[in-house]
Amino acid sequence: MNKDSSDLQTEVAFRKGKKRRKRKETLAAYAFLAPSLLIFLVFTFFPAIFSLVAGFLRWNLPFDPTFISLRNYEYLFVDEIGAAAFGNAMLNTLYFMLGIPINMAISLCIAILLNRRLPAVGLFRTAFFLPTMTSMAAISVVWIWLYHPADYGLFNSILIQAGLPIQSWLRDPQLAMPCLIAMGVWRGMGYNIVIFLAGLQNIPGDLYESAEIDGANWLDQFRWITLPLLSPTTFYILIIGVINSLKAFTEIDVMTQGGPLGVTTTIAYFLYQYAFQYFQIGLASAIAVVLFLITLILTLIQFRFVEKRVHYV
Amino acid sequence: MSRRKNVFEGKRSLSSLFQSRKFRSWVANILWYAVMLVLAFLAVMPFLWMISTSLKGPEEVFTYPPRWIPKAWCFQNYVDAFKAEPFARYFYNSGLVALCVTAGQLISCSLAAFAFARMEFWGKGFMFGLVLSTTMISTQVTLVPSYLIIQKLDWIDTYQGLIIPFIANAFGIFMLRQAFKTIPDELEDAAKLDGCGRLRFLWKVCIPLVKPTLAAQALFAFMGNWNAYLWPLIVTNRQEMRTLQIGLRYFVSQEGGTEWGVYMAATMMVITPLIVLYFTIQKSFIEGIATTGLKG
Repeated sequence: MNKDSSDLQTEVAFRKGKKRRKRKETLAAYAFLAPSLLIFLVFTFFPAIFSLVAGFLRWNLPFDPTFISLRNYEYLFVDEIGAAAFGNAMLNTLYFMLGIPINMAISLCIAILLNRRLPAVGLFRTAFFLPTMTSMAAISVVWIWLYHPADYGLFNSILIQAGLPIQSWLRDPQLAMPCLIAMGVWRGMGYNIVIFLAGLQNIPGDLYESAEIDGANWLDQFRWITLPLLSPTTFYILIIGVINSLKAFTEIDVMTQGGPLGVTTTIAYFLYQYAFQYFQIGLASAIAVVLFLITLILTLIQFRFVEKRVHYV
Repeated sequence: MSRRKNVFEGKRSLSSLFQSRKFRSWVANILWYAVMLVLAFLAVMPFLWMISTSLKGPEEVFTYPPRWIPKAWCFQNYVDAFKAEPFARYFYNSGLVALCVTAGQLISCSLAAFAFARMEFWGKGFMFGLVLSTTMISTQVTLVPSYLIIQKLDWIDTYQGLIIPFIANAFGIFMLRQAFKTIPDELEDAAKLDGCGRLRFLWKVCIPLVKPTLAAQALFAFMGNWNAYLWPLIVTNRQEMRTLQIGLRYFVSQEGGTEWGVYMAATMMVITPLIVLYFTIQKSFIEGIATTGLKG
């Protein structure tokens, strides 16, 4: 009896000690998490909730906010002027996204070309990756100079030598967006090539060997081995491209400021204008919420696909 | 048919076939190099044009047809850029902000990743989910409120306004957690027996073991913040607080500005540090992107 109770006592003491240790560990763990959690709380979670709420307010700085329920969303989707402006920004963004498939096609071709063991492959890879490395603001300045509307602008001088009329490029409402797309393709290529190359190197080589034995030419091999086995990579690049297009801001701010005639006002620039030029915080928040939902859906689709999709189309 | 028969009969024709194959692959290689050279030239052409323009005197910049190699090399543009705009100050601002964000991220991410990888605590799964969920909240939805917070804190035009919002990073926590998980438990037990506390174990044992992951994380953080544009644009008003990117933008968008030689010299200075960095650690950098898909 006596022995039993002393056993029980040590057992209780042991459990208490374990519990105390566990509590101590929990405290220590939260101390470790504290810096990250604090920043996320103040600059991610709180702002996200704040935007959700502010979307229901009319809040034109410096005036005080008033609750107007869904009127901001009504303005963006129903109102004659508002919906026209928002729709225009959305259409511009879709137009801007035309760069994604062009970029993917070119990047895939270059990646296939780069996927061999020859001297100086690394050098070429570096050349293609250089634009991706450099800051978008600096690159945009260089391209403004390339697109210079006078005859000494590089692109215009090439047109003259080819016997074609010179263009005003970024100042031409018809050409401004294609100009931005061309620069975007040039800059984004390096990143896509690296991702495509990683995907290509994951395809087992014996598949090509057995295909060759079966008499498949390179086009067959591309169609029936490379493309299907690369589809997860392709899909990843596509989604990232769409999300980045929704965010595109720097090149537009540096090169066109949304002009001429608003043809390069994509959705991110539209949001910036409402928030930091017109100071309509409520309306800007509503735009941000719509953008957030689109991005969220795209991200979730991407997670689903990456999990579910096993290579073959 | 008869030709094929020959191939298998005589030793000489066999070798000739071999040679023709070799010849074909030789031609293919030459073609490959030609195509690659053209494509690579297109890729670096804007850079070459930038360098070329930055070395031209004012009268040569505006001549048609344009020359790739300037007649008279003019380094005055670089001097003029420094004279016209406080680029030294911009360099200092960009470097300071990028370094502080990088250091802050490494510290906060290591601590959090260590907790997630090697500690048991109440609410761990929920907290990890919470951290990962931040990657789904796009920067646009937090932009305006974050700006208002910075304004309320009176942090507009301050370094803390440029640094503090970025010193937490969910991707960094995730990557470092994976790395910490690979460290065997025996090491931790041995450290405990020697009376080594958690922080010391993290600092002395874990950090040296995950150096490659830390280096990749540091690189992405530095690059991303050196090149950052939208946030520095909205939280700085005073000229002396601008970063390089913002300073460059205001420098070239002056009304009626035509000094393209000076502009290109300034642009050249803005992109050179990162290009140098890239060439020194190129390999680990590309591997980092290929394995994580991350970009700064």
